[in-house]
Amino acid sequence: MSEGGGSFTLDGQVIAFAPGQTILTAATAAGVYIPHLCAHPDFPPHGSCKLCAVTVNGRDGSACTIEAAPGQEVRSDTPELHEIRRVLLQMLFVEGNHFCPGCEKSGRCKLQALAYDLEMLSPHFVQFFPHREIDASHPEFFLDFNRCIMCELCVRASRDVDGKNIFALAGRGRESHIIVNSPSGRLGDTDFAATDKAAEVCPVGAILRKEVGFATPIGARLYDQAPISQVDLQVDLPGREK
Amino acid sequence: MNAPSAPRKIRIATATLGGCFGCHMSLLDIDERLLALVEIAEFDRSPLTDIKHCGPGVDIGLIEGALCNAENVHVLREFRANCKFLVAVGACAINGGLPAQRNRFDVGDILKKVYSDAPDGRSRVPNDPELPLLLDKVYPIHDVVRVDYFIPGCPPSGDALWKFLTDLIGGRTPRLDYPQFHFD
Amino acid sequence: MIAIESALDPILGRHRRDPTALLQILRDTQEIFGWISPEVRAAVASALEIAPTRIDSLTRFYAHLYDAPRGKYRILFSDNITDRMAGSVALMELMLKKLKLERGKLSADGLVSVDFTSCTGMCDQGPALLVNNLPATRLTAWRIDEICGLIRARTPLDQWPEEFFRVEDHIRRADLLLGAAERPGEAIRAALALGAQGFLDELKKSNLRGRGGAGFPTALKWRSCRDAPGERRFVVCNADEGEPGTFKDRVLLQSFSQSLFEGMALAGLVTGAQKGFLYLRGEYSYLRAPLEATLQKMRRESLLGRNIAGAKNFDFDIEIHMGAGAYVCGEETALIESLEGKPGRPRIRPPFPVTHGYLGFPTVVNNVETLCNAAAIAVVGGDAYARRGTTRSTGTKILSVSGDCERPGLYEYPFGVTVAQVLEDCGAPDVGAVQIGGAAGNCLIPEEFGRRIAFEDQPTAGAFMVFANRRDPIEAARNFAHFFAHESCGFCTPCRVGTSLVAGMIDKIAAGHGAQYEFLDLKRLHDILRASSHCGLGQAAMLALGDMMQKFKPAFERRLITKDFEPDFDLDAALARARELAGRDDAAAHLGEDI
Repeated sequence: MSEGGGSFTLDGQVIAFAPGQTILTAATAAGVYIPHLCAHPDFPPHGSCKLCAVTVNGRDGSACTIEAAPGQEVRSDTPELHEIRRVLLQMLFVEGNHFCPGCEKSGRCKLQALAYDLEMLSPHFVQFFPHREIDASHPEFFLDFNRCIMCELCVRASRDVDGKNIFALAGRGRESHIIVNSPSGRLGDTDFAATDKAAEVCPVGAILRKEVGFATPIGARLYDQAPISQVDLQVDLPGREK
Repeated sequence: MNAPSAPRKIRIATATLGGCFGCHMSLLDIDERLLALVEIAEFDRSPLTDIKHCGPGVDIGLIEGALCNAENVHVLREFRANCKFLVAVGACAINGGLPAQRNRFDVGDILKKVYSDAPDGRSRVPNDPELPLLLDKVYPIHDVVRVDYFIPGCPPSGDALWKFLTDLIGGRTPRLDYPQFHFD
Repeated sequence: MIAIESALDPILGRHRRDPTALLQILRDTQEIFGWISPEVRAAVASALEIAPTRIDSLTRFYAHLYDAPRGKYRILFSDNITDRMAGSVALMELMLKKLKLERGKLSADGLVSVDFTSCTGMCDQGPALLVNNLPATRLTAWRIDEICGLIRARTPLDQWPEEFFRVEDHIRRADLLLGAAERPGEAIRAALALGAQGFLDELKKSNLRGRGGAGFPTALKWRSCRDAPGERRFVVCNADEGEPGTFKDRVLLQSFSQSLFEGMALAGLVTGAQKGFLYLRGEYSYLRAPLEATLQKMRRESLLGRNIAGAKNFDFDIEIHMGAGAYVCGEETALIESLEGKPGRPRIRPPFPVTHGYLGFPTVVNNVETLCNAAAIAVVGGDAYARRGTTRSTGTKILSVSGDCERPGLYEYPFGVTVAQVLEDCGAPDVGAVQIGGAAGNCLIPEEFGRRIAFEDQPTAGAFMVFANRRDPIEAARNFAHFFAHESCGFCTPCRVGTSLVAGMIDKIAAGHGAQYEFLDLKRLHDILRASSHCGLGQAAMLALGDMMQKFKPAFERRLITKDFEPDFDLDAALARARELAGRDDAAAHLGEDI
């Protein structure tokens, strides 16, 4: 279908794509932002967060998993799709314990930044207030599962890049949760290291480096001045988060 | 700002439930714009007026803080019954915020820890009827009453509150500008 | 530890120490130990040289794998709405009372636990339960009493009366499939006479479409798999019949397995696959031994194995894989993940299994009934087959009829039969609604009973649940909502979180605390789950509910409060713990109704 590349339209704008690109990667390369959380330029499509909900020729789908094909008519920047995304964000917020004022990731958290950009004013739904653990056993990092959104970026990074297989997703439904592969189940008993890819991919504040704290003043943080739809286009283009 | 020449002043009430008064401090942070605000608005129940109960006919009720105890529920219900627009202001009112960090514990265990673990081992959980009892969990206010608007932030900045109020009073859909949109 | 290893050895050997057989290994191990203890977990992980977290990711995903002891007797009541209508809730309460147990908790002596499980496929002979994977049907208070006595006496299951476990076929109307006499080898020999391409042509002429619900043309699927590049190919029979209210595959597996296995062999003949898997849902474990016996018999008769029926190079054999309590594994890519020993999370599609299936090889996944039909087509021929049913839906459809009717059971009709006709045949005079296609299907009301069972009208995987006028649609809606919240695999946001939100809102409405606010939220979530979920489970999770909310709007509205909002928890009860600790009961220690 897409052997030779070609172009599709995204909200009326013509987007050229190379063979193998998805709608999301082609749009990003062309400088058009489509909201996403579980997609990462260094990893194959995953498709779990569904923030990149689009319509392709009138059919619902995920921009991160659908391969670009010539002539597709893709819609992304519509009130209906933004409403879906806002509700998905609200779901992620009520599912965990997202207490932004006390989170060191605040200001550079993708979940929070998308909530700002899509103007999510409240979580709307009933909070689940789940009981989730904090693991501070590692000398350099801590895990706060209260903030986990199950994107599995750490799972994928540790397995596919670091070759360590430190994280796994267990459970099902709302009982889904990340587990750590060590006899004690704690991060301190793994060979997790600051140089790991898994140490830098978490889009939220679930995996954080210790002794950093609120280093950057409010106002100077990644998403303080400009929305993620502008900032991430600069960040994602070279294929690196930061 | 463009104050409407309304026949009567807009009535505003404010209250803090389980909160830190930080959102009220932000309200004071609108600084000299307070003077413009009192041109068009008057305050009903509020820590600023010391009026104890929210009267009928209030246009805008601003609620800071989460629901932690029985008294919080009474105040919230009074506001809902008397305010045309009820606004959840700040992280605690919107999602429980800092007070809700106790939700991972059983409230009984918390009370025991705080009051009963005295050296002599006697229970001292206060039983004075004047003291409001704690709820089992801390709840955001929209879990208990319908809420019309939300102003996020911990606290929302004075600018955010000003933008919201002037939009609402001016008959526009309240909308925060990007730099005013914060959860922290 | 020695005991564990000596028990594990034959299991590991049977599965060639292959990590892709992890789910099978854990199931077999649990059969011996009752649960996957930390010691068993460590032993399996070390024997297979895998991370122990891989074991956790399975035990915490599959409902019927346990990482905590569940007792010598593990009782699971089927929780379909039809079981509930037949009184299952009261029977469970009776059992809990008699055994002095709390639901879901292991008894202090470690003897027994009692809980719910999703529909076990015994809807025509419910209420039903599973005891250590064995189905006990037609429960009554008397039977519960007997079961409790046997448990207390610690009577081994093989000494329980056989009649407890009798599972009836209840074939009420037979046609092409259910009426066929068993003639071993007939389908295979007929297809061999035509040759692989010749039989594929017959299949195309028959216009057979998949019976799992989606209706994909079978000949096209088989041809695509045959033509896809790959060193090996596989045939998978989806016998993970988990759709609430569906039980026709159970009967086909119980009484027509020869025909099913021949159908699989035909798929092997056409595609070139030499290996087939029957993915059997854990709830049907009791069928495993008879199915294995059929396979053995077929091997003896040269209908499986090498050079089948004397045809040179026609090699095909079948292995049975067991599920372990996960509805989502009925989705074909989740099923393949499960076959590979992983949690059943649906893959991204495309690519489809016909090009990238089991272990990445081209794979045909077909429903039990589809494969039985393929075997029948080999015998009767494509043209004759296509004369049954309608132009776009050829052949017959087996309906699993249950609920409020006099004669529940299987009804096989040529496609195109009206709902009204089925209702007349099964003896259901006073019907308020029919749920077609299970919890993920449509809800029809009397003015729609002229609709026809066909892909172009009312497609169905086979469930046909009848609700009498007196039934409360909100109870059915609640049952379905909780089913999906329990069965969501948790991969994508809308389904993982949304199904739980929906269950909470329906509960709130049923309890008399819901307002238009919740009703409108449900409508919104209906659209969002359908549009944004990763797989069919999430996309269909609110179909029935949406139907019910529209068609039984007055029933819902009667439950809605006129106030604009009410909390979904009891505020006064929320003060109870603090009241107790403070030793207070004065007026201020309570919260009354809102003003």
